[in-house]
Amino acid sequence: MDFKFSDREELLRKTVREYAEKEIPPYMETMEETGEFPTELLKSMGQMGILGVITSPEYGGTGMGHLARIIVLEELGRVCPAIPMALQVHHMCTYALGTWGNEDQKKKYLPPLAKGETMGAVAVTEPSGGSDVAGMQSAATLDGDKYILNGRKCFITNAHTADTWVVIARTSEGGKGLSAFIVEKGFPGAKVGRKENKVGLRGANTGELAFNNCEVPKKNLLGNEGDGMTIAIRDIVECGRPGMASVALGILCAVMEQAVKFANERTLYGKSITKLQAIQWYLAEILSDLEISRLLTYRVGWMLDQKMSPHAESALSKQFACEAAARSARKAIEIHGSYGIMKEYPVQRLLRDALVTIPAGGTAEIAKLVLARQAMTTYG
Amino acid sequence: MRIVVSLKPVPDLKHWNRLELDPKTKTLVRKGIPGAINPLDRHALEAALRLREKHGGEVVILSMAPEDSRPVLKEALAMGADRAVLLSDPAFAGSDTLGTAYALSVALERLEGVDLVLCGDQTVDGGTAQVSAQLAEFLGIPNLMHVSGIEATDGAAWLVRCQMEHGYITVEIKPPMVLSVTRDVGQPRYVTLMNILEADAKEIQVWSAKDLPMRESWIGLAGSPTQMGDLFVPEKKGSAEMLAGTPAEQAAQLADRLHRLGFC
Repeated sequence: MDFKFSDREELLRKTVREYAEKEIPPYMETMEETGEFPTELLKSMGQMGILGVITSPEYGGTGMGHLARIIVLEELGRVCPAIPMALQVHHMCTYALGTWGNEDQKKKYLPPLAKGETMGAVAVTEPSGGSDVAGMQSAATLDGDKYILNGRKCFITNAHTADTWVVIARTSEGGKGLSAFIVEKGFPGAKVGRKENKVGLRGANTGELAFNNCEVPKKNLLGNEGDGMTIAIRDIVECGRPGMASVALGILCAVMEQAVKFANERTLYGKSITKLQAIQWYLAEILSDLEISRLLTYRVGWMLDQKMSPHAESALSKQFACEAAARSARKAIEIHGSYGIMKEYPVQRLLRDALVTIPAGGTAEIAKLVLARQAMTTYG
Repeated sequence: MRIVVSLKPVPDLKHWNRLELDPKTKTLVRKGIPGAINPLDRHALEAALRLREKHGGEVVILSMAPEDSRPVLKEALAMGADRAVLLSDPAFAGSDTLGTAYALSVALERLEGVDLVLCGDQTVDGGTAQVSAQLAEFLGIPNLMHVSGIEATDGAAWLVRCQMEHGYITVEIKPPMVLSVTRDVGQPRYVTLMNILEADAKEIQVWSAKDLPMRESWIGLAGSPTQMGDLFVPEKKGSAEMLAGTPAEQAAQLADRLHRLGFC
């Protein structure tokens, strides 16, 4: 096994870190206050190649792959986790289009998504819940050369900022009755609804999409009728879960740095608190969570680049890394004492951000369901 | 136009808290510290890329460093340089600025047809700011330092703006020449993901001392007249004295102390 990153991957990390440290901080205070994603950054992120990291060069991307994507999201998240939260869903849109789109669809939608001229979203979850995909209510009926789409989608990342949505809706009864559609923001009958006011990842816009007799051209069916469940599940497993784990990696990295920084600066009883075993244990536990999460998540990226199916591994990385981010942020707050719950210190935001990653992109319980099935299959 | 950027891999500034001095050799212990492009050399490379974008030609990176510096050169190639030449040989070890400038000058003669050599004004590790002038002397061509602007013209004299203590001067000068630049010459561009992929196809040539017509006594420790007297980390000393009295009395005492210390 080779656990060393290539020179190319190391340079990628360095490059994205430089970009993130310089370009993102000026927006962070406003993002936190307003809950708005800084769409001004899309152009430079498009020029950097960040938006098209898993899009083929043929369609304006770089095609660097899934491990590269994880590195990119982790480095952006180290500075501001809301940014990779929005981008990972943007990537889910590009991944769905790149994997299931036909030539015309890819040529039309992927280049502007890679350049940052448009932003993407994926809409699966409905008010009745996101875990029960087969139970969704939104429906599309074929009427001549267009589908008529009706329904509501909620908790959709990038709802208000995205221009291109991949929407899952029912075209017939049963588990195989779901289909995926490419819906443009401006299609008649498509509307953005309420904007959610989240406790964390505030700079990543989350909201509602409503379809009232929305007219979707027949040519905007993604894949075939009945492919919706496969597209939704594979997009979540191969892109959404590793994406969320990568956001958590960014949080964990920031938590580790903030914890060490504060512990080094803070003195008690005439000496640095790093001399206290209680603090050392916290630091050791945070580092363990960071490194374990990295190994789990990088493995998923590697598997995807090898064209392997990481169904259980993806669930494990997402579930472990997101919960690790939350418990580590909590420990970093303990190290900070009362300073940790003051808005001037980033650790309180990191805890809020980490909490949002746990249900986002699939709950921890659903991930554990996947893992339990894996355990029973492998060790039964 | 052929532009050579003389680029030095230095310890990454973000890891300087891990740097130590070897008490015997009086050198930095670089092992385990990631390398980076010397910050001002990045500005030199940016200036070179802008000149190439305007006038065409080729940008070559020239560096004298151990073989493990390849990732640093790869970054320079990803920024946009066309190719890189790495002078790497144990025979170069211990070269001071004179030995380094000599080795670089021999390599530059091998490169042929060089119109412009660009360096950063100084490095963040050695900080001597001597190599560019010595390099120009070895090559027998003009040298300007503290360059903040370069306006190239085809066939005629170039206009080069140099920072002075209280302003700047603009010099008319004909290539070939060696210029060392300040950060004002241009903000280095970001490396994009596409640039990283393109850099994979670009070549890093490695030249040893034997590949070049070098006088061996002019390189390495033998070719380095500089003798390090001592090198140490200054001991941190600090003390505090509380001034007593009314604010006016404290201010008077403070002014008196500062005056006696020569501050005012």
